[in-house]
Amino acid sequence: MNRSVVLPARAARIAEHPLAWMTGLLILVFALSLLVGRYPGPTLLSLDRLASDEMAQRLVWNLRLPRLLTAVLLGMSLSAAGMVLQMIFGNPLVEPGFLGVSQGAAFGAAFSIIFLGNAAWLVQGMAALFAFLGLTFSYILARRARLGGWVLRLVLAGIAVSALFSAGVGALKYVADPLHQLPEITFWLLGGLWSITWTQLQTIAPVVLLALFVMYRMRWRLNLLSLDDTTAFSLGVAPGQERALVLTAAVGATAAVVSVSGMVGWIGLVVPHLARRCFGADARRALPAAMLIGGLFALLCDDAARTLLAGEIPIGILTSFVGALFFIAMMVTKNIQVQR
Amino acid sequence: MSTPLLAFDRVHFGYQPDGRMVLRDLSLEIQPGTVTAILGPNGAGKTTLLHLALGWLSPRTGKVFLNGCPLGSYSRRALGQWMALVPQSERIPFEYSVLEYVLLGRAPHLAPLEMPGVADCRIAAQALESVGLDRLDGRAITTLSGGERQLVLLARALAQQPRLLLLDEPTAHLDLGNKARLLGLLQGLAAQGVTMLLTTHEPQVAAALASRLVLMREGQVRHHGPLEQVLTSEHLSATYGVPVRVIQVDGKQVVWL
Repeated sequence: MNRSVVLPARAARIAEHPLAWMTGLLILVFALSLLVGRYPGPTLLSLDRLASDEMAQRLVWNLRLPRLLTAVLLGMSLSAAGMVLQMIFGNPLVEPGFLGVSQGAAFGAAFSIIFLGNAAWLVQGMAALFAFLGLTFSYILARRARLGGWVLRLVLAGIAVSALFSAGVGALKYVADPLHQLPEITFWLLGGLWSITWTQLQTIAPVVLLALFVMYRMRWRLNLLSLDDTTAFSLGVAPGQERALVLTAAVGATAAVVSVSGMVGWIGLVVPHLARRCFGADARRALPAAMLIGGLFALLCDDAARTLLAGEIPIGILTSFVGALFFIAMMVTKNIQVQR
Repeated sequence: MSTPLLAFDRVHFGYQPDGRMVLRDLSLEIQPGTVTAILGPNGAGKTTLLHLALGWLSPRTGKVFLNGCPLGSYSRRALGQWMALVPQSERIPFEYSVLEYVLLGRAPHLAPLEMPGVADCRIAAQALESVGLDRLDGRAITTLSGGERQLVLLARALAQQPRLLLLDEPTAHLDLGNKARLLGLLQGLAAQGVTMLLTTHEPQVAAALASRLVLMREGQVRHHGPLEQVLTSEHLSATYGVPVRVIQVDGKQVVWL
């Protein structure tokens, strides 16, 4: 057998191990996170206490478990969506928060809270609708912009569309009822998981799991979709339809998690970079790696959010802080490659 | 005469609905096992012709046939199994390894959600070996030189195992050494009977590779036939609008400006 055939097989086997390890790590951190919090004291809840204390059992089952599951879904969705957007737009500098997706979702949710009511399905539906609108608008604007290359145009268009939606959210806050509606909207802008219940998790889980599954199954195709249209076509791909399918999955997952967590930024930008750096650019490994790293990252940020201070820190603040630091570190240690 | 592998029948094409026609009343037949080179000035419609052959663009009137059947009757995957394109250059957005990139050529042979298997990896590795780059299989493609990248694009096309290879200015941007290397490889493929249709700006590349030559100007085929008959001073001068001399050196035609 020749060397070049043996090598990729061996490389694939070695590369699969870290993913298995990371899955194990995610499960371990998840289990530990169930015991981390401020009850009964600001430390770990001991297993003995959990076995004997009914209050602790209810706390873990009713509050921590749905919350942590949501945190994992949140991290996985934002990371996977970030990687999908980066690959489809051939642009390593985009993430849901940069393309008007998150801001659009926030606007849709705020609009729904004020004018249509705050039923979960309604808020989520409006969040998803405006998330799609935000992405579409950014894309059209980037196609029509007259300055710079594609990477720059898309980033600029995303900034402009995000700003429009932010202004819209500002206007909605201004007209909102300060006693009931305003706190709910403010929650969106900070991002947090403190109000997650089983009911909320149940409403988003089907959409999120389906979308994650679609992205996971399409992971090798993502490599093809990152190529020029003509090239992708010559390889038997229907670039338009397949991109629309994975984009729908990415935006659907983002809108769903953002509709219960609020705005959580930077995960979608930083985690895919980290995954590519550790596991290579091929999305067969990079996408599952991004999902695992994203889940782990969100879980750890939420642990910190719950325990660092006596009051809870909104998770969006932590992810932005840590994510931006990470990004700065990556920028100075190795050039982030941008073409076109 | 056998069924042509590719045939253009009175094709008209323009990018804008009411704009200028890029190709006008173009008819052309490519026989299996031949190498056809298309020469012509910038804007003559050479790349457009390749994109029509690929099925990426559709003629406004007229038809394109692949192996006797209209292009529209083939699925995209089937088209990808019949034809492969080696583009002039390609934007490579991420740091794929060379082998991962060549493996993408297996896409038309896989079902929509299928992932490449061991057999596909072997075919990709062989394609990479045939262009002499197997030692670079694990390298990030973004770290390769322009010449090596062009060879990787050719390897990806070979991994498609196509019956027709479309090459868009394959030797543009290559230095003399890489040009000779690529020409050698393509000559080897031609000797194996691979059908090729290539565009080029260099008459010498056409002379080295092709058995048939097409001269295009302003969206029309001006001359088409065996290379030795078409590659003449008179035809080239008329096509490019400048005086060009074709001389014989060692029994081969050489273009002299």
